[in-house]
Amino acid sequence: MSAPRLAIDALSAISSRDGNKPILRRVSLAVGVGEVHGVVGESGAGKSTIAKAILGIIPSQVKITGGSVGFEGQNLLSISAQALRSLLGRDIALVPQDPSTALNPSRRIDAQITDGLRLKRGLSAREARRRAHALLEEVQIRDSERVLKCYPHQLSGGMRQRVLIAAAFGLEPKLVIADEPTTALDVTVQKQILRLIRLLQERHGTSVLFVSHDLGVVAKICDRLTVLYMGKVMEQGTTEEVLNRPRHTYTQALLAANPRYDRPDTGLEPTPPEVIAALRAEIAAFDAAAAGAGNG
Amino acid sequence: MEQSFFKSIAEKARQSPAIAARLAADHRVVRARVVARGLMQSTADKIRQLPPLAVDLARHRQLAEARALVLALAAPVVQAARQPPETVLRLLRDPKVVFAGGFIALLIVLALGAPLIAPKDPLAQNLILATVPPAGFADAEAGFWLGTDGLGRDVLSRVIYGSRVSLTVAFVAAGLACAIGSLLGLLAGFLRGWVDAVISRLVEIWMAFPPVLLSILLVAVLGTGLHSVIAAIVVIDWTRFCRVVRTEAMAQGQMDYVVAARTVGFSRPAILFREIFPNVMPVLIALLTLEMGIAVVVEAILSFVGLSVSSDTPTWGGMIAEGRQIVHEAWWVLAVPLAALFATVVAFNQLGDGLARSLDPVLRR
Repeated sequence: MSAPRLAIDALSAISSRDGNKPILRRVSLAVGVGEVHGVVGESGAGKSTIAKAILGIIPSQVKITGGSVGFEGQNLLSISAQALRSLLGRDIALVPQDPSTALNPSRRIDAQITDGLRLKRGLSAREARRRAHALLEEVQIRDSERVLKCYPHQLSGGMRQRVLIAAAFGLEPKLVIADEPTTALDVTVQKQILRLIRLLQERHGTSVLFVSHDLGVVAKICDRLTVLYMGKVMEQGTTEEVLNRPRHTYTQALLAANPRYDRPDTGLEPTPPEVIAALRAEIAAFDAAAAGAGNG
Repeated sequence: MEQSFFKSIAEKARQSPAIAARLAADHRVVRARVVARGLMQSTADKIRQLPPLAVDLARHRQLAEARALVLALAAPVVQAARQPPETVLRLLRDPKVVFAGGFIALLIVLALGAPLIAPKDPLAQNLILATVPPAGFADAEAGFWLGTDGLGRDVLSRVIYGSRVSLTVAFVAAGLACAIGSLLGLLAGFLRGWVDAVISRLVEIWMAFPPVLLSILLVAVLGTGLHSVIAAIVVIDWTRFCRVVRTEAMAQGQMDYVVAARTVGFSRPAILFREIFPNVMPVLIALLTLEMGIAVVVEAILSFVGLSVSSDTPTWGGMIAEGRQIVHEAWWVLAVPLAALFATVVAFNQLGDGLARSLDPVLRR
């Protein structure tokens, strides 16, 4: 594989609010050029913290304690705020989780899409507007003229997410962070949105870091997966490998916890306590080893 | 930031003549263009009036910048003229906005056109015609529609002239208090940290002073007059805007779309003015109109105790003070300015309420 576009190396973070509880434990992952890399795990596993660390929007109670986020040879954690600002939007863009709150309620769609084009790409107002039209058509919004004049609350959730995807891909970034982009949507809309992200990603050769808790969703869209539990990487590999031949017990438990609609009689089995105990023990052993290395 | 600001202005400037040309057929656009040209003309005049050396320096770059600025300012006017629709229509559908706004518009016309509209000289005394009751009552005199006061001055004309002081104070004092308070509030709420700490402590200390005492003290130091009244209101009431806008900016700063804007790498001023400010606007407008009502009352209070403009300028507060002394012989001298004051304050409050409701894109679904 050629040099990855995004290379996260041994990223560690703690939450100062919860008595310095570790939330990322030496996480390493690489996203290649034109690759969709899924980060899966249950809530609290640290998926979103990774996304936030890349974007420089980690909450104040979270402290990065080590590691690096490499993007095109730069460590995003150590470059200046201004350097990061110039990368964001232009080279790295976000498709946010909840389309109902990620658009400014008091500004029309056209203003919100053209903002980025004008500020980050230096387009004139007219060029930006023309581009906005093309972008909305690219995300399969047919009546783009009407949508551009709308306020966010006049659009459906799926429509808003399309607008946000258009805005994210519109600046032709090299890396798109998709932070649970389908979680807030209806299942029927989810599918369309996934297909759209995949389509745009392939067309533009964009790398995507796809954060999700939904194995069904990542199975559809991702090339490679990182399975995260309590901030530690449990398993990494191609989607095919991880989902069909899970090596780690956690991945197996996660797959078992996925509801099977084709076999409704099996129901949902809680994860066996011995599995959870084994996982906890593994995390504790890891922390002890890390503390030992730190002291020694 | 400044560069991109100027760039966007320059872009607007390059754009708007083209837009205007396309729309030259529309009379509203033509009117907007005339206004824009007038603004440009007056800017050019101002620059021409500068000393010769400055003119030479200014002729090239600054003139171009001033023109760009004027054009940028005129662009929204052109835009609004092109599509008056939606917002304006929505405002016109709100009865509160229509009635309260209509009343205030009428008041503005009366204040501006006082010399033409007022039937009599508001200062002309006629002791023979003192305390004449309003038209329709026994002993009423023709021409004195709302009667005369203790010195035989026409009450209607005095109320009309009195609106000038009230409205000046309402717009200037409330506008300045709003500008200062909301700017500080925005900075405090958005930047947080030490900026917030300094501004918030300042507001708290400020609010510990009794406001009436502070205003009387200020007028005593600055001397009576319209300027002092305005200064007193601004100095006291900016805290009101500061506190509300700070809280609102803080709440907006937590919203996902602000975080989203940060992830697009927008600068902090861009986020403040593009993302946060538009969402603070509805609250700000409501507060501003409310403050206009308050300013009218404060001016009346200061006039009532003789601390406002000199007594040869009619004010509602001054008229109320005079009317109070002769209320048993001539109730109208008190009642008319009181009614005017009351109606004006109610109108401002209702207008603020209606505007806040109609301008909020989320509320107005």
